[in-house]
This record gives sequence, C-alpha cells and structure tokens, in this order.
Amino acid sequence: MAYSDKIRETYLNQLRGIREAGLFKQERFIHSPQAADIEVEFPAGSPLKKVINMCANNYLGLSSHPDVVQAAHEGLETRGYGMSSVRFICGTQDIHRELEARLTEFLGTEDTLLFPSCMDANAGVFEAVLTKDDVIISDRLVHASLIDGIRLCSAMHDTIKHSDMGHLEEKLQLHADKRFKLVVTDGVFSMDGDTAKLDEMVAVCEKHDAMVLVDESHASGFIGKTGRGTHEKCGVVGKMDIITTTFGKALGGASGGCVSGRRELVELCRQRARPYLFSNTIAPVVVAGVLKVMDIISKSTERRDKLERNAAYWRKGLTEAGFALKEGDTPIVPVMLFNAKLAQDFSRALYDEGIYAVGFFFPVVPQSQARIRTQISAGHETRHLDKALDAFVKVGRKFDILGKTKQEIIAKYGM
Amino acid sequence: MAEELKNIVLDYVTKEYLEDDSEPLTYETPLISGGIVDSFSMVSLKRFLENKYAISIPDDEATPEAFDSVNKIVSLVERFLAKK
Repeated sequence: MAYSDKIRETYLNQLRGIREAGLFKQERFIHSPQAADIEVEFPAGSPLKKVINMCANNYLGLSSHPDVVQAAHEGLETRGYGMSSVRFICGTQDIHRELEARLTEFLGTEDTLLFPSCMDANAGVFEAVLTKDDVIISDRLVHASLIDGIRLCSAMHDTIKHSDMGHLEEKLQLHADKRFKLVVTDGVFSMDGDTAKLDEMVAVCEKHDAMVLVDESHASGFIGKTGRGTHEKCGVVGKMDIITTTFGKALGGASGGCVSGRRELVELCRQRARPYLFSNTIAPVVVAGVLKVMDIISKSTERRDKLERNAAYWRKGLTEAGFALKEGDTPIVPVMLFNAKLAQDFSRALYDEGIYAVGFFFPVVPQSQARIRTQISAGHETRHLDKALDAFVKVGRKFDILGKTKQEIIAKYGM
Repeated sequence: MAEELKNIVLDYVTKEYLEDDSEPLTYETPLISGGIVDSFSMVSLKRFLENKYAISIPDDEATPEAFDSVNKIVSLVERFLAKK
C-alpha cells in the first residue's frame, strides 16, 4: 500500500496544526437557492435555520432571479447539458461567441475570451502575453489568483504600496529598461472594499508607456453609472488594455470568467493560455444564464441603483451605531474587529441572531486586521438591512465594541 | 563605507516596505523570514542596489536568506563591490 501510516500521520498533523492555529474553515450547508433569505444547516446535523445572508457576492441579486433561471432552462433544452470538449476541438457553440461579443460591448474593449473561471483567466493571461524580458508591477493587495498567475509567468515581478501612484511612478522608472511593463490592480479590492484610482493609474502608465490590467470581479455589473465597472467610474473606458472578470459574483453567480481587452492580447490568450486550452468549455446552461444577465443589466440600471442605495443605508447605519469600518463606497463593508477570535465569536453570535456573516482573519487579511466582511445585495430589502443592523448592534453591545477605537478594541481583546 | 551602505539600505527598506505605523527596523530585523518583505518585492531592492552600486547580483545569489536583514544585504553588496 502506497498510502502508508507514516504518510497519513504527516497529513493528519498538518490538519491538526491548521485547527490548533484557529484557521480551520468549516463549511455551512445551505439548503435553499442563493438569496437574501436562506436556510442553513450549521453546525452539520443541526436543524435548518432561516437566516439573512450578508456575505454573498450576489451583488445584483440575480443568482436566483426567475428570468435567469428560465433562460438557463431554455439553454439546457436547446443547447444541451455539456459539450464534452475544450473550446478549440468541438466545444464552441454560437452562444459562446455571442456572450463574448456582448461582454466586449459591455466592457468597452476590443475582444473577449471566456474562461472556466476568473481564477483561470488570471492564471493564464500573464504567461500568454509576457516573457522574461518584461516586468509586472502589481498593487500589494491584489487578489490571490493574480499572484498565482504572475508566479506562472517568466516576467520579472515587482509590487507597489496599496494604491500609491507615486510609488508606481518610481517603479516604472526603475524598470524603464524592460521590453514591456504591465501594471496590475483589482478594480474593487475584495477585502477592504475600496476602489482603484484607475484614472490616475492610466495617466501614469501613459506617461511611462506601460499597459494596465484590472481584475473587475467585484465591480462588473454595478460599479460606475451603468455598471460597466471601475473604469466607467473613473472615466477611463476604452483605456484598459486587459480586464479580467467573473460571472460568479454579480453576473448571475454561477461560474465562469473572461479576459477582455486589446484584440491581439485576447487572441494570444486563445492560442496560448493553458487554463483555456486544457479546460472544458463553459456549460451551455451557464452561458445562457449569463446572456440573460447581460440583457437585464443592459436594459436598466435599476438593480445597481438599488444596490448603491442599500450599501449607503447599511454603511450609514453601522457608522451611526459606532462600528469601526473601512472607508469606501462599494457594497463591500468591512466591520473591523482586529482580533481573530473576536471575529469568529462575533460571527457565531450573529448567526444565533439569524444573520449569516463570516469572520476573516490572518492569513486572508493582515495580522490584527480581523473583520466581518459584510456584502450588500440588490436582493436585500430595507427590512433585511434593519434586522441585520439590530443584530449587529445587539452583538456589538454584548462584546462592548460600539464607539470604540482600534486601539481600545485591541487593548480589550488583543491583536 | 560600511556604515553609509548600512544606512542607505536601511533607509530604502524602511521607505519601500514599511507602513507608516510599523515598528522601526534595526540592522538585524529579519526582513523576509519576518514577513516584512515578500520574495516578490525583493526584486526592487535588488535592482536598486544594482543600479546604485553598478554591480550585478546573479539570481542564484539573490536568495531570501541573503536578503533577510540589512546586515546580510550589506555583506552581499560588499562582496560584489570587492570584485569590481
């Protein structure tokens, strides 16, 4: 037997270490569709509990929208369940190209290529378009999938302090001898909920002849006046060289992602990006669902407008109650607790009050930056937000953190 | 020379990698093993030293161990300066 007791013990020890460090992630089982109101089994084996979901990426509330579900049904009927192929053999249907064209128009780019996920898009794009003669300069808070993609590429990699355009300029000067320079950022940073300064970044990059890549996973569909993303908010539509984004959040929440941008770069991804070449095509049912999402968000800004109002209402309520928040104006509203155990205990107490919101702590966020990340949806009604706010205030009083500064909370609970 | 070099490296590392509310560095503070500098961000320090002192540090010598404190970085740079 190859899997010996020694091997098993080694892995058991690693799992024990994760538990002892308080880093073991416990999944909660949801028995209902994704929505503001969900039914959850937690801990495993417990009776189902109705709770309000305050931590989904379901920003536009489209994950279970009846029109999207209906379109997915129709896609299943007319295009089948699976394609049993990668795209370039016999896995490209008319609707795959239709979705690519719709995304190109929506994002204001030249061409688009679908990937099984945005994780795959980020894993494939760098290696496809850069070489060892190039340099990638990324914000220090970019998403882990970008870091993984950069690691797979032979280009030199350097970083800048978070959203520091002066530092970016220094780095572009330092690496002026490189063939190509690619600057990489998130549009909306997933843990802090702040927005990249894309207008300033584009100006600096134009001055120093550098390309820009932005990951719009937490922006596509709702940031900017018509929801096109951070580049719309910053007034630089058409100036992004590469946009990567996901359909797994606001755009229906099922799965899939894309690389969109300059025609030649997208075509090189089609020819070379390994997660594209060696992964199955996106299932027709998902493509049909995302096409319906594109219809909905292209016809009206009603959902992103409601989301904006909801997020402002939620942030105002938490601020007035005395919580320490990360500043921002997106639907990601981090409630800062600083201490990892406090974040976990706070999350559990919220659950007892019928609110589902999980704690984030090191290594997902830096040490002493533990938090509850709340995420607002257009699927929330005011009654959801009011009930959640009541629960947050009740739990906040229980732990005596309302109106307290970072230093006071750390003094009470530790780093 | 050694003192000046030490201070130049300390100053660069402080400005480049530390946040405003961080504890001040010493010449012996573990930079990479202490989580202050990640291996990606080491690139700019290497390029800064190469440009400033007109030396070339091969990748197999620019290891996380060799860059793990100001004193170790200074030793590395002095070794390459002596070869010039």
